Amino acid sequence: MTGVRLSYLPSEDQDLIRSAARKYLTEKIPSDRVREIMMASEPDRSLWDELADLGWAGFLVPEEYGGSGFGYPDAAVLAEELGRAVTPGPFLASAVLATTALLGSGDPRRHGDLLSGMADGSVVAASAIYEKRRGWDPEDIDTTANPDGDGWVITGRKRWVLSAPHADMFLVSARTDDGVDLFAVPSDTVIVTPTPTLDATRRQGDVVFDSVAVPAEARLGGGEENLRRTLDIGAAVVASEQVGVASAAFDMALDHARTRFQFGRAIGSFQAVKHRLADMLTRLENARSVALHAVRVVDDPVELAIAAPLAAVIAGPVANWITGESIQIHGGIGFTWEHDAHLYFKRAKAASLLLGDHGYHLSRMGDALGL
Amino acid sequence: MTDAARVEEAIDRLLTEHPPNETAPAEFWGAQYDAGLAWVWHEEGSGGLGVDRSHHPTVMRRLTEGGADTSNRRRNVLGIGMGAGVLSVHGRDEQRQRWLRPMFTMDEIWCQLFSEPGAGSDLADLSTSAVRDGDEWILNGQKVWTTLAHVAKWGLIIARTDPDAQKHRGLTYFVVDMEAEGVEVRPLYQITGEAEFNEVFFSDTRVPDDQRIDDVGAGWRVAMTTLMNERVAIGGTETPRGSGAIAVAVDAYREPGVDDPVLRARLLELWAESEAARLTTIRANETATVGTPGPEGSTGKLSWAELNKEITAFTVELMGLGGTGFPGGYELTRPTGMPDYDPMRAFLRARANSIEGGTSEIMRNIIGERVLGLPGEPRVDKDLPWREVPRS
Repeated sequence: MTGVRLSYLPSEDQDLIRSAARKYLTEKIPSDRVREIMMASEPDRSLWDELADLGWAGFLVPEEYGGSGFGYPDAAVLAEELGRAVTPGPFLASAVLATTALLGSGDPRRHGDLLSGMADGSVVAASAIYEKRRGWDPEDIDTTANPDGDGWVITGRKRWVLSAPHADMFLVSARTDDGVDLFAVPSDTVIVTPTPTLDATRRQGDVVFDSVAVPAEARLGGGEENLRRTLDIGAAVVASEQVGVASAAFDMALDHARTRFQFGRAIGSFQAVKHRLADMLTRLENARSVALHAVRVVDDPVELAIAAPLAAVIAGPVANWITGESIQIHGGIGFTWEHDAHLYFKRAKAASLLLGDHGYHLSRMGDALGL
Repeated sequence: MTDAARVEEAIDRLLTEHPPNETAPAEFWGAQYDAGLAWVWHEEGSGGLGVDRSHHPTVMRRLTEGGADTSNRRRNVLGIGMGAGVLSVHGRDEQRQRWLRPMFTMDEIWCQLFSEPGAGSDLADLSTSAVRDGDEWILNGQKVWTTLAHVAKWGLIIARTDPDAQKHRGLTYFVVDMEAEGVEVRPLYQITGEAEFNEVFFSDTRVPDDQRIDDVGAGWRVAMTTLMNERVAIGGTETPRGSGAIAVAVDAYREPGVDDPVLRARLLELWAESEAARLTTIRANETATVGTPGPEGSTGKLSWAELNKEITAFTVELMGLGGTGFPGGYELTRPTGMPDYDPMRAFLRARANSIEGGTSEIMRNIIGERVLGLPGEPRVDKDLPWREVPRS
């Protein structure tokens, strides 16, 4: 951070990423298709194959493993667009969280085949981290990894595992004698129970690791530090996604306020509605600022420890509030299943809990600030 | 030679020929004006070089690094920050020649006479009148919230020249001599017990027609130029992380005996909001430099005004019973210079943040209507002559 002034303006690459993603998602994955995928009994794989063909599954995977080799500020633009379209699938789980964990592990080259598979879409990886309702801190991990010959035996139950029903590979956090680490465990060695989700566009499941034996090289080796860094970067990218979710809900509300007439006037001409929209835009711009900042400081551990929880502290509540106000401004139609407003409301709420709730992030930000 | 090179060369020459540490500030400012480095985007001869405004940060940075005093911009802000812009866009050459240089050197202080007791948010309803009398205009009326009026030589004033026209069309913009006959300046005490501002009364004050800015009836358009500059000036100052009001709150939290989880959570919420608004200001400035202001440029003033009220009120709460005191008492004085920061005074002063320079309600209308394109409220005053508009 010292001395270098960050730029928050989009690069040319980022402008291209945004316009290409916006076009593709609008044309190919409109809400009809989102709803079809979310209501299907089985997780959809065809959409993920499509996104892999676009290079999005391996967006952050370096080119040497067949990925697109983009950085976090670029991925954040894509995440924002995916949020705008409430796109289903394992982008956050596999392309962001699992990819970040692998790249930050002791020796990513050992996991080259896995990264290549993730990049071409043939392998979906999910991070199995949490066990308790409010167990966001790595301290709360009880799953164990015990040495067994050259390898490890993993025992424990992970819950609310994001994209578990999609996963071919789990990166499971487990406690060893020398601390917490992540282990790569193939999905055919575990028991996955899909669980219905508030945000039906993203699937979750419980995963039981019943004395699963894995070889020595399954251990990622980045320890608790890599896990915490992965979750911080995840929170930064989620904040960008929340900006996308909130801005889509805001745009819908704004459009409705312009076109819906009551008492002979567009409802957006009433200050009760107009001022609400002005406040929504104001808070949305502040959320955008913290999200843009967080993904630009991932290589600075001291700054990331402040910026990631800051992004979550602002963007989470803003997305929850704006998506809720969007329903309110739509009135009765906004409460119907048919209208898309609820997709955004649900996505925002679930996303604001996935990697830590408001109080958790607030407190961590305070710790990082020495307050 | 590129514009950037011209600017750099002019700065080099100014710093070499007038070393800041050996030159009196007023003399340096005069030389800076003559070198076209007062407002680089103005035309040559009017304190500028006729280059793009984006070169301005370079000038400020290099002069500051070179040890030059740039406090004139702050101390004569209504002239240098606003009046100069009005003169550059709407003034005539001889007006620029007469006023800009002594404004920049601080030989002449400027004030702005817009608000009236009967016209705050609805500024266009103002009733101070200017009646033509040969080559002069005769001013009558009262203005309020006038910063620096008690030391100003010149005032930017908007007055009604045609009460029978629709209210926005009957206004004309003038520069008034604050030392002229019939100008009375009284301190206006605010809730802090200080008088940062004044009330100004005009009784048959004569203004020569050559001090009129732009056409008769064009006053509203000219005033909008001034107000836009003011709103940008209030929202757009970049500050270091954790500085300003939130720093005082953090200090108050760190006092012995405050440790409390509820207070900590509120402090951290405010710290986060403050940092988010700060980053938005930086982002807005960066976007504006590229030349296409985004929505973040309009939301800053609203964010800061509301946030500053919350932070300063919370700071008083952190002070506990200490927050029931008011050190120094209410002395009913005019502040001189920059007083030490006092959290109790700041708590009271912050109430003005969401009133001055456009109330938060007006800011929300502006965001809603100009940024978001929402329709305005139905108006009862729109097609009436000013004389017939209902008013309190």
